[in-house]
Amino acid sequence: MDPIKQDGSAAVNGRKRAMELLAKASTEELQAGWQAIKAKPEVHAVRGPESGLVMVRGRIGGRGDPFNLGEATVSRATVRLGSGEIGHGQLLGNDRERARLAAVFDALRQRHEHRQAVDALVDAVERRIAAEDRKRAEQTAATRVDFFTMVRGDD
Amino acid sequence: MYVAVKGGETAIANAHRLLADRRRGDRSLPAISIDQIVAQLGLAVDRVMAEASLYDRELAALALRQARGDMIEAIFILRAYRTTLPRFGLSVAIDTARMKIERRVSATYKDLPGGQLLGATFDYTHRLLDPSLLTDEPVADPVRKQADESAMMRVCDILADEGLIEADGRLPQDHVPGDLTREPLEFPLARDLRLQALARGDEGFLLALAYSTQRGYARTHPFVGEVRIGEVEVELDMPELGFAVSLGRIQVTECQMVNQFKGSASNPPQFTRGYGLVFGQSERKAMAMSLVDRALRAEEFGEDIVAPAQDEEFVISHSDNVQATGFVEHLKLPHYVDFQAELDLVRRMRAEYDAKSGGVREAAE
Repeated sequence: MDPIKQDGSAAVNGRKRAMELLAKASTEELQAGWQAIKAKPEVHAVRGPESGLVMVRGRIGGRGDPFNLGEATVSRATVRLGSGEIGHGQLLGNDRERARLAAVFDALRQRHEHRQAVDALVDAVERRIAAEDRKRAEQTAATRVDFFTMVRGDD
Repeated sequence: MYVAVKGGETAIANAHRLLADRRRGDRSLPAISIDQIVAQLGLAVDRVMAEASLYDRELAALALRQARGDMIEAIFILRAYRTTLPRFGLSVAIDTARMKIERRVSATYKDLPGGQLLGATFDYTHRLLDPSLLTDEPVADPVRKQADESAMMRVCDILADEGLIEADGRLPQDHVPGDLTREPLEFPLARDLRLQALARGDEGFLLALAYSTQRGYARTHPFVGEVRIGEVEVELDMPELGFAVSLGRIQVTECQMVNQFKGSASNPPQFTRGYGLVFGQSERKAMAMSLVDRALRAEEFGEDIVAPAQDEEFVISHSDNVQATGFVEHLKLPHYVDFQAELDLVRRMRAEYDAKSGGVREAAE
C-alpha cells in the first residue's frame, strides 16, 4: 500500500498541499528547486509526461447538480526515483516539462533527505502566489463602489 | 450535395502559401507574439476558449493568430485540436462561491455584503476612441486598497434565506450529467446538457436571443442578481492517491439572473432563476446565457412556448457556430454535378413552358 495512505490525514494533507503548489510553480521555480537538490537521485519515467484534457464541471445555479462546462488542457507525469518512490505531477496547460518536474518533486518529498528542500520550494511558491493574490485583491478593492461616500461627499 | 474533384492541388498549395504571406503581412512590422495576444487581446482569447469549449489561453491565442483574428475560424481550429487529445478525467465541480473575485456587481442590492466591485470594466467609459492608444504611452499602476479577505456572499443566498427564490438547479437523483461531446443530442434535453451547449454557444446568437426575450418574445422580467468574474480551482480526483488535487486555477464568469415569480398550490410564489457560466472574462455571454437558460425552462414552469428563445430544439440546434459555419460555408464548395442536374431540370421546365405557351399562342391565332 502507498505509505501516504497509512500515515493518516496529516501526511495526506501535506502531500496534497505540496502537489497543488507544485502545479502552480513556474518553470523557473522548479528548475531552481532542482538545482538546489544536492545528490540528485536517478529519475525514471513511469507515465508520460503527456498532455490531455479534463472535463471541467460547474454546478447549475452555482451549487446545484453538476454539468459539463467545457474541457481544459492538462499535463501529467509519473516518475519513479532510483530508490523506488513514485511521484505524480499534474497541472493545467500544455507544459509537459513542468508536469515532469512537479512529479519529480512529489517523489523527492517522500525521501527524508530531500523533504526540507522540497518544502522550501513549495513554501516559496505559496508566498509568491499569496503576494500576487493580495495585489489583485487590493486592486479590485480599490474599485469598490462606496455609496455612502458618494452621498456624504466627504471622501 | 458536393462531390470530390481533382486537379486543384497546385492552386490549393499556392493559395495556402499566399494565405501565410497575407497573415504575416508587412515584413517591416514585428510579428505579433502569442504572449502579446494573450496579454493584450485577452477578451478575444477568452471568447475563443469559451466557444471552442477548451480552456487554454496559449492555444487559443495561437488559433487566433493562425486565423488572422477570425474568431469562428479560431474556434474551429481549437475545437479540431481538442479532438486529438485523450481525456484524463472529469473535474470535481468548481465552486464559484470560493472564487478569487476580480469583479462582482449586483443590480438587485445596492449595499450587499462584500460590496459592488467594478474591477477592470468597460462600463461607465464614454466609448470614445482613445488616441493615446495610437502610441505606446506609459500606463499608470492601478490603485490599491485594503481588501476584504472573507468569502464573497452569493446574492442568491440573501433571497434564499427568506425563501423568496428557487433553489439551485436539481435534477433527478439518478441523473448522470450528459456530455454532448460524447453522445448525440436527443431532444428534449435535461438542463445540464442545455447549459453545456449554451456555455459553448455563439455569443452573437445567444445575445440576439437574450435580447429578443427582453423585447417581448418570451418575457422573463430579469434582474442581474449577480455577475462575478474571477479564478476558481480545478480539482481532479486522483484514484492512485485516494484524494483530489487542484491542477491550478481557471478564470470564469458567472451570472445569476433573477426572474419573475412562479408559485403553485403547494409552493408559495418565489423568484425563478437563469444561470450563466462561461470560461474566461465574458460578461455579455454569461448574461445572455442566463437569459436564454431561463427562457428555455418555459415547459418546466408551465409557460406557453410562443417565442424562438423558448424553443429548445431551435436554440440548441443552432447555437454552435462551428456546426453553423460548416453547413453554411460548405455551400461554396464544388456543387457542379448537383447544379448541372438543376440546370438541366430548369431547362426542361422552360422547354415545356415554351411549348405550352407557344401552343396557346398558336391556338389563339
